[in-house]
Amino acid sequence: MRISVHGVTKRFRAFTALDRISLDIASGELIALLGPSGSGKTTLLRIVAGLEWPDEGEVRFDGEDALARSVGDRHVGFVFQHYALFRHMTIFENVAFGLRAQPRRIRPSEAEIAKRVKTLLDLVQLDWLAYRYPSQLSGGQRQRIALARALATQPRVLLLDEPFGALDAKVRKELRRWLRQLHDEIHITSVFVTHDQEEALEVADRVVLLDAGRIEQVGTPQQVYENPASAFVHDFIGESNNVPVTIESGIARFGSRPLDIDTRGLASGTAMLFVRPHDLAIVDSDAAALHGTVRRIHGLGPARRIEIALRDGEREHLVEVEAARHLVLHPGTNVGLRPNAYRLFANPPS
Amino acid sequence: MSLFSLAYAAMALRSTPVGSAAVPAAAHTANPRADHPAARRAVIAVAALFLGLFIVLPLVNVFVQAFSKGFEAYLTAISQPDARAAIYLTLLVAAISVAANLVFGLVAAWAITKFEFPGKGLLITLIDLPFSVSPVIAGLVFVLLFGLQGYFGPWLQAHDIKIIFALPGIVLATIFVTFPFVARELIPFMQEQGTDEELAALSLGASGLRTFMRVTLPNIKWALLYGVLLCNARAMGEFGAVSVVSGHIRGETNTMPLHIEILYNEYQFMASFAVASLLALLALVTLVAKVALERRTGRE
Repeated sequence: MRISVHGVTKRFRAFTALDRISLDIASGELIALLGPSGSGKTTLLRIVAGLEWPDEGEVRFDGEDALARSVGDRHVGFVFQHYALFRHMTIFENVAFGLRAQPRRIRPSEAEIAKRVKTLLDLVQLDWLAYRYPSQLSGGQRQRIALARALATQPRVLLLDEPFGALDAKVRKELRRWLRQLHDEIHITSVFVTHDQEEALEVADRVVLLDAGRIEQVGTPQQVYENPASAFVHDFIGESNNVPVTIESGIARFGSRPLDIDTRGLASGTAMLFVRPHDLAIVDSDAAALHGTVRRIHGLGPARRIEIALRDGEREHLVEVEAARHLVLHPGTNVGLRPNAYRLFANPPS
Repeated sequence: MSLFSLAYAAMALRSTPVGSAAVPAAAHTANPRADHPAARRAVIAVAALFLGLFIVLPLVNVFVQAFSKGFEAYLTAISQPDARAAIYLTLLVAAISVAANLVFGLVAAWAITKFEFPGKGLLITLIDLPFSVSPVIAGLVFVLLFGLQGYFGPWLQAHDIKIIFALPGIVLATIFVTFPFVARELIPFMQEQGTDEELAALSLGASGLRTFMRVTLPNIKWALLYGVLLCNARAMGEFGAVSVVSGHIRGETNTMPLHIEILYNEYQFMASFAVASLLALLALVTLVAKVALERRTGRE
């Protein structure tokens, strides 16, 4: 099912949680709402679900006004961060709950319910837990049951609020691969909220980046990683070194030294140069505009991480660089740095 | 050495891991042994003695006095018409006020834990009010409102409605005094549970009623029962507030506690204790039920 959100604004007293958000989600897509806490991502999800109402704007499911319907009438499956399984019911009854709650004329028979629950438990690979209680399950198992329960009534949309947030790192990783596989099997339009960029980039078809109630960028994981639309996105997605520079008539400078980089018509003023650690090459000290001193060397495996302090008159600025094993470096060595790929964003007027 | 220094020494050792090097902390005592069995026994004995003297002994005495003239006399005492009227009135008042407070308490706890609204803090404070005012004042409030000289007195009299010195007044006073029990029991419990399960049920298409019956109620049932139990015990035993509004009309507006007092003041000690034993029995039943409930909720 297609979801379209248009001009949605939500305020909690003086705080604006969502500021004129517009977003289109295609049928069958798996979308990640990614952002730091307080960015409004969960609020947006809850508005789509019908657990929260916007102050302005509209939400449409296949063109039809969803705001006219309550959460129970929207046919959405909602998965909570802390599972929200019914603690006094068995796993079987938990999954069967949505089927039993259906109006009598469309409610399946007991035999049909048992069959459907069995299929769902098979789908989440936990059929052997049917007669246990939620408290007897691990976190990862509970979240899979929560997913099976949400899918029981064949919802048109699956909404997941930080579904892996309460799990430990290993289970988290397993479960997100599994979610991706599941989505490839059943192709239900799905939206999940996360603050973990790795999770969003790995699982989602498209990532929606939110900050302070606004959408910063919407794109495939590759697009947002390689072509970040704003300083926020560059900083939030992947690792990056941020070097403060000043621009004067088309020339960027770090301190007083000019840098050989394309300013792409940025107006004069202060700006931020973003370079990923692997895009910053260590070169001969004389030839480069960026100079620094090695502070610390760490890391295992084929590549090492070098912390380098850039000097700008009195101030120092730390950057991190990836360097090959064979390079001979010691703390205290003076090096030059050349950005091979970079992005330059003007600082917002303060 | 005083009992107290021994007791503290024993306590300090309790919190020290067995065999740890910290044992010499208690070395100033004469006993080099780590566990001071004498001290421990002394502390336990004091606690037991205190409980025995101030709680068990009086309770036993109630039953001893009640049966002092034999079982038959006991039966006669509790089947006197006035006694039976008092028992009936007490059960009736308790049934009405517990039912009312079950509903009020549930609604108040629901409102406080599941919704955000201005004045919530004030509401929580108000729920506790009956615990902090004297029951006599609680009774007086109703006399001032509904009594002959009260604000609504003349109007009530003109319409021939009796509240003070009648059943409605007794019920009102009892409800007032016992209001906090159910709500106080439920609020922390429901706060801890949050609203996610209810929202999950709603998102699965369940109606409000179904969500309440299938999700909320099963989750809170033991806490609710516990609150009801305490509420009932207090409703049956309430003296002060009821005494002010009842008017002490024999066979009509005397509840069991009031009836016990009247019998006692008339030197009918055995009869007085016989009725009292019924209340005491109720207390014991409540206690057993409470322990059973705590075990059960502890296990779950």
